[in-house]
Parts: sequence; structure tokens; C-alpha cells
Amino acid sequence: MAAEAALLNTPLHGLHVQLRAKMVPFAGYAMPVSYATGIIAEHLHCRAAAALFDVSHMGQVRLTGADAAAALESLVPGDIVDLGVNRQRYSFFTNPNAGILDDVMITRRDNDILIITNASCKLADIDYLNSRIGQQCSVEPLPQLALLALQGPKAIVTLSRLNADVGKLAFMTGMHTQLNGADCFITRSGYTGEDGFEISVAADAAQVLARVLLAQPEVKPAGLGARDTLRLEAGLCLYGHDIDQTTTPVEAGLAWAIAKVRRAGGARAGGYPGADVVGRQMATGCEVKRVGLIGSQRVPVREGAVIIGSHGDKLGKVTSGTLSPSLNYPIAMAYVAAEKASVGQNLFSEVRGQRQPMRLTTMPFVPHRYHHV
Amino acid sequence: MPAPSWLKHEEQEMTTRYTAEHEWINRDADSAATVGITQHAQDALGDIVFVDLPTVGTAYNKGDVAGVIESVKAAADLYMPISGEVIEVNEALRNDPSLANSDPLGAGWFFKMRVNDPAEMEQLLDAAAYDALVKRT
Repeated sequence: MAAEAALLNTPLHGLHVQLRAKMVPFAGYAMPVSYATGIIAEHLHCRAAAALFDVSHMGQVRLTGADAAAALESLVPGDIVDLGVNRQRYSFFTNPNAGILDDVMITRRDNDILIITNASCKLADIDYLNSRIGQQCSVEPLPQLALLALQGPKAIVTLSRLNADVGKLAFMTGMHTQLNGADCFITRSGYTGEDGFEISVAADAAQVLARVLLAQPEVKPAGLGARDTLRLEAGLCLYGHDIDQTTTPVEAGLAWAIAKVRRAGGARAGGYPGADVVGRQMATGCEVKRVGLIGSQRVPVREGAVIIGSHGDKLGKVTSGTLSPSLNYPIAMAYVAAEKASVGQNLFSEVRGQRQPMRLTTMPFVPHRYHHV
Repeated sequence: MPAPSWLKHEEQEMTTRYTAEHEWINRDADSAATVGITQHAQDALGDIVFVDLPTVGTAYNKGDVAGVIESVKAAADLYMPISGEVIEVNEALRNDPSLANSDPLGAGWFFKMRVNDPAEMEQLLDAAAYDALVKRT
């Protein structure tokens, strides 16, 4: 197919092929969905030891200039102006209806601000940044960089062996340093719910570094399939599924990421697109909200499944779901009518015309194990 | 340890037929046959976590959806390779769907059926034709 011929490769493509990864098209890239052992084994290895993911398809963009932080605050509800050097925040670009254009990781560094975007949104994000704040600061995409994620309880053991300095990092902080002779920017963060690191490194050094990491006894490669089941267990949203331009941060249960200083009564309240909608929803609630569901049968409940209340009334829809490899029962995220949703409540999902009993639960489904200090 | 699948493949080659939907059907006795998915199918699906098997006693036409196979990533339909009645389902597979990954041609069989018309089997792919199909995809 012509569309497949046009797929981009990450700097680790040769390694994926050599490891006999199952490659799939994702956001315009040929990406490994799994390796020889399969998604479940990769998932469990990440929870038990350490897994290496190639996430070089994601966007990396740097903002420079004296006004960069203030300019970025005009697009996101985070506290960027007062964000300390080497500190990282989860945030999102919002539209005038408070719909989420993308969810991003923002790190203040010595001389710039680094934004990590979703792969599927990166071109639109770059255009958006240029058109909205390109006059106030410099917007520089960084396609010359690869991004590796080393995730799991043993990730710290592995990385400390290469560079003991990384032990100083706490969750959601970063540092410039070297690994195996290559300059890197490392943050202690990720998308699995585990302790772990994301490593931004020059594309031409990435494959050598990945091979060094994979040679460590704790580390095995993991693909996008395991990345998806891991983030689902961790209760983390997948852009384009659990959040998109039609869902607001409040509906998505992401109000925790709206900085106090940007909320009503804060010193820099509002000032981002859709702030009025967010303020109203935080004050009076919203009609729908994202919830977690667990099933008692082994039937996977996937995106699009309708959620039905105990009286047969339609309550909402599943936005992502799978059979949890760690828990061995179905887990799902859904948007449901907010006033009809409470934790512990029994309801049903409809799968192929049959009702599957489910229970509304808190998230994460599997506890986070971040390295807080 | 199950026998290596290539060995079973060889043994089955004479009486086993295949479909373009990546299922196999093997004549057991005069009017009975066993149905499962191929090595290629299990590899393409990845880790299988759930199977919805047909109800014993139900009659189906060729091409009907008789069940569902769910892997971690996706759901796939299980088709009736030829017309007939389901006479037994693999309860071991229901309890451990990963059998369809580890031994798709053996312990990971899906169901047994009473064949309406044995001539329908001859219209399916033989091993060589199926292998050629897989190589093209």
C-alpha cells in the first residue's frame, strides 16, 4: 500500500528489525507493537524488572527566549513561569471550549523549555506554537533527537550502573548528563506507572545506547502493545481515545494538573484557551466524567462498548480497555453521566450484544510506584 | 511439551484443509471434523486472552461467525469453515486461551463439528495452497 511505503522510521528501526519486532504503522511511523515474547511477557517484565521502549516518534520541541515561559502559559493551564529549572510538569494545550488539543510533558531547563508531544499531534502542535507564540519566543522542533523510555522497578539499577548521577533524580525532574559517552537529557518519568526514565539523545547515538541498555541483565525490549496495557493499568489517558478535542481536563479527571496559581483566585488565574469553561466545570461539576471500570468475567471490554446502568439506562461509552495482564481481569476507562457514577457501583458493558457485569472503581488499577523524595 | 507444530503440520497435511481466514479443519471420522486456527493466525493475533466458543448443537452455514478470539490488542471472528453442526467445544481452551498460541494445531483446537457435505472440504485450500497464501500476505 502507498500509505505504508511512506512510513517514517525511527533511529532504532534497524534494531527493531534485528530483534524481529512485529512492526505496525502508528502516527506515520513504522513502530514495534511487540517483540518475540509478545505483549503480555513484555508487560510483566516491565512491572518486574525493566523494559526499554523506543518512543522516538513522539515530538520534541524547545522554546527559547526570555518570554518563553509566559508565552507558553497563554496556551496551557500549568504553572510554567515559576517552574524551577529541571522540573517537569504534565499539561495540555486546550482549545476555546477547553477541549484538549494535546497532552504534553513540559520541562524547564537551564536555557530553554522542552515540550514532549504525542506523535499524532506533533505537526499540529508545532504549527499551533508557531502561530500562537512564535512572535514571543523561538519554537524549535528537534527531529535530530531520539527518545528512549526505560521503565520498571529495576530501571534505576540499570541506569545507575551507566551513570550514578541519575540516582539524584526524583519523579518529574530531569538533568543533562552522559550515558555511554553520549550527551543526554534524562527525566525520571514515563507512561507505565512504574519508576523509570525518559532519555532524549541524539538520533545518531540512540541505537548504540539502546544496545548498551538492552545488554544489561534487567532489561528487555517492549513495544507499543505493552506500553498501552501498562498505561491503562496506571490509569493514564491515551490521546485520541481517552482525551481529545471534545473532552475537557475536568471531564477527564485531570484537574489536578491545573496549577493553583492558574485557578480562580490564583495570581495568574485563567489566561489560557477555554479557561472560562474549566473554571465553570471546576466550580459546578460537569455532565460527564472519565471513570475506571473492572469486569468480573474474562471478556475484554474495548473502546466503543456501551455502558449500561442497573436499570438498563445507557450511561456512556468505553474509551479504552483491555484484559489487564497484571490483574488478569478486564479493565477499562469510560465516560459516563457524572451524576450517575459513583465508586463501587455495579453496571454493565455491552460486548457483542451481551451484558458483562462491571464495577466502577478508582484509578490507577495498578498502584503507581514513582520515585518521590 | 507439546510436539513441535511443524511435525503436526506434516502429519495433518494429508487430511487437513485450510481457509483464507486462517483456520484449519481436519477430518476425524466419516462425518466429524476438528477446527482450529493456524500458526500464522496465532502469530498475527498475538497473546490470546479470551475465546467465545459456539454452543454445542448449533448448526451453521459455511462462513457464519461461530465464535470470537480476543488477543490483548484486538478481537477477531471465528468463522465456520464449512456447513455443519457443532458437536463438541474445547473446554480446555476456554479455560486457557493461550493454548491457541502455544499449540494451535493440537491442544489449542476450537471445536468439533458434524460435516453436512464432505465435498465442501475438498473446496478448501490444501497445505501447499495455504502456505502460498500466507507467503503472499
